[in-house]
Amino acid sequence: MQTIGLDVGSRSIERVVWDKATGHWSWTKVPTTFDPVGQCRRLLADVDGVPVMATGYGRKLVADTFAHLRVETVTEIQAYALGAHFLYPEARTVLDIGGQDTKVIALNASGKVSRFEMNDRCAAGTGKFLEFMATALQVPLEDFGDFALGADKKVQINSMCTVFAESEATSLMARGEKAQNIAMGLHAAIAQRVLAMLRRVGLEKPVVFAGGVAHNRCMCRLLAEAVGDGFIAAENPDVLGALGAALLAAQSRL
Amino acid sequence: MAGSYEAMWEKLNLDLDAHAGLLEVLGKFYGDIYLSQDKRLRGMEYLDFVLSEIHGLRIKELQEAKAQGRKIVGTFCVFVPEELVYAADAIQVGLCAGAEAGFDKAEKILPRNTCALIKSFVGFKLSRLCPFFESCDLIVGETTCDGKKKAYEIFADYAPVYVMEIPQMKQACDRDLWKAEILRFKDTIENLTGRTITAESLKKAIRLINDRRRVLQRLNRLRAAEPTPISGRDVLLINQVSFYDDPARFTQKISELCDELEQKIARGEGVVDGAQRVMLSGCPMAIPNWKLPYIIESSGAVVVGEESCVGTRNIRDLVDESSETLDAMLDALVDRYMRIDCACFTPNRERLDHIVGMARELNVKGVIHYGLSFCQPYGIESFKVEKALREAGIPMLAIETDYSMEDVEQLKTRVEAFVEMIR
Repeated sequence: MQTIGLDVGSRSIERVVWDKATGHWSWTKVPTTFDPVGQCRRLLADVDGVPVMATGYGRKLVADTFAHLRVETVTEIQAYALGAHFLYPEARTVLDIGGQDTKVIALNASGKVSRFEMNDRCAAGTGKFLEFMATALQVPLEDFGDFALGADKKVQINSMCTVFAESEATSLMARGEKAQNIAMGLHAAIAQRVLAMLRRVGLEKPVVFAGGVAHNRCMCRLLAEAVGDGFIAAENPDVLGALGAALLAAQSRL
Repeated sequence: MAGSYEAMWEKLNLDLDAHAGLLEVLGKFYGDIYLSQDKRLRGMEYLDFVLSEIHGLRIKELQEAKAQGRKIVGTFCVFVPEELVYAADAIQVGLCAGAEAGFDKAEKILPRNTCALIKSFVGFKLSRLCPFFESCDLIVGETTCDGKKKAYEIFADYAPVYVMEIPQMKQACDRDLWKAEILRFKDTIENLTGRTITAESLKKAIRLINDRRRVLQRLNRLRAAEPTPISGRDVLLINQVSFYDDPARFTQKISELCDELEQKIARGEGVVDGAQRVMLSGCPMAIPNWKLPYIIESSGAVVVGEESCVGTRNIRDLVDESSETLDAMLDALVDRYMRIDCACFTPNRERLDHIVGMARELNVKGVIHYGLSFCQPYGIESFKVEKALREAGIPMLAIETDYSMEDVEQLKTRVEAFVEMIR
């Protein structure tokens, strides 16, 4: 029997089709755009009688819009925990930095969520922050991490507020600071904040780093350096939520 | 309710247009959160009625009482000894401060990063939106936190404010201070009303307020049944209304509701199937602050206890009724109010014990701690609460929020994830 996990995030939507019998799974990723319903409709077009588990901030939207498909929902916290445990059974902490949320999830030895932390309403320290800053420095978002790795010194960015940090970056530029150094400073500021959140939850290792921001090599390097051994950057960091949802859909249909 | 009360509101100098807008929003909010519930008790109709008449009939009653020479005393805190107010034949009303109203005006005289409760009471007053404020002959503040303490100084330019000093520790000298404050308050109330508080009138008032506490204790014992026979938000509403309804009538009505609840429990009926039992703990939730309970109860959980001033903190302890002399009764009041486990005290071990004890008695799967943004006493104490609960093996979710709706989606994700975790 197949099941589908759909992770509707603020920037991208991932779909995983999981086949419990064979253990095979495949995935697709599309941008969320301004029309997430339309994107989901395309992703669910060939779905007929296959159980769907929706997660991410758009999970309710999917459940309400596609009621005829018997969609169930699960929070991204649970979904990421399940996905991470499946791919990395030894993981004890999951760090998920997405487009507008940062989450740290502690797992017990059997992979169950034992604690979690999430950023407050403000998007400081999330993918959105990096996106704003990449725009301010006129670097494509996808290249921003590599760009920052070209830094030759670390400059301190004090503010985590997207608006204030942007003006800090602007005044550093006005003082002639190298853009790569500013980019590194911005990454380091996020890493600081994320590390504090990791420590609050206990920072048991191994730590699996997932979510869209885990594509950013600078962020991976900074966090890996700080965490030390037992830091795993997920191979396909976007897919964990949708995978966890698809796995849960199979479980709940037992 | 609008038609018949407009003249009264106009006389109270309310901003009629803005007030009509407020009532409309409140009505819609109440409909969505309360009237949409299934399997509600018949007895909740009284609460629906009281709420629908929140600025109508109750205000009319207060105005009529004033016409007969009775005084109205407004309060914000469970520390104000209501017994003294009723012993002088005055009426006490708890002022709500649970909505985001008039914040623009409040922020002109207070810093923006002030807690929502403070901004709310200042905002209600400055925007002329609350007929309770306008009915008060005296508004009693207290020094439970720095925010309130300093805000009352500013607020005193706009309303007749009297401030009680609340001790911050529980040593013998703190009890002496509190006794002096109770005596000072007694004098103030006697001067305000022109009446002398006697052993007889105080005994009656102690009985009146204890009766209200007893009926709420009974409600809390009953609502703990499994399956849960009444929603947490209905119980919260009852607690909220207890602050401004006529005490004797309220006790009678809630007693009837409890009778109905007993029958429902005997039939084994619950309000929700399979919902996870959770307890709320933390800052008070004044009307119409139903945001978090509604989110919790829409996420597969049911609230079975409120460790809060609008909850058990207000009703846990009774005043000893065995005293016969006025002096002994005043001492009984001092002792009862000194037992309050507000986060303004240091240390405050009692509260941790109460929370863990309650969570165990109520057989909850988890505790959700609610802190208002910028509330230092509860915010800081929440770390100790979490530690005490963790040691007891009870998971806790700490939520910090205010009255705005902008974080509802994020709160839902957190609460749902917590419910998934404890299931």
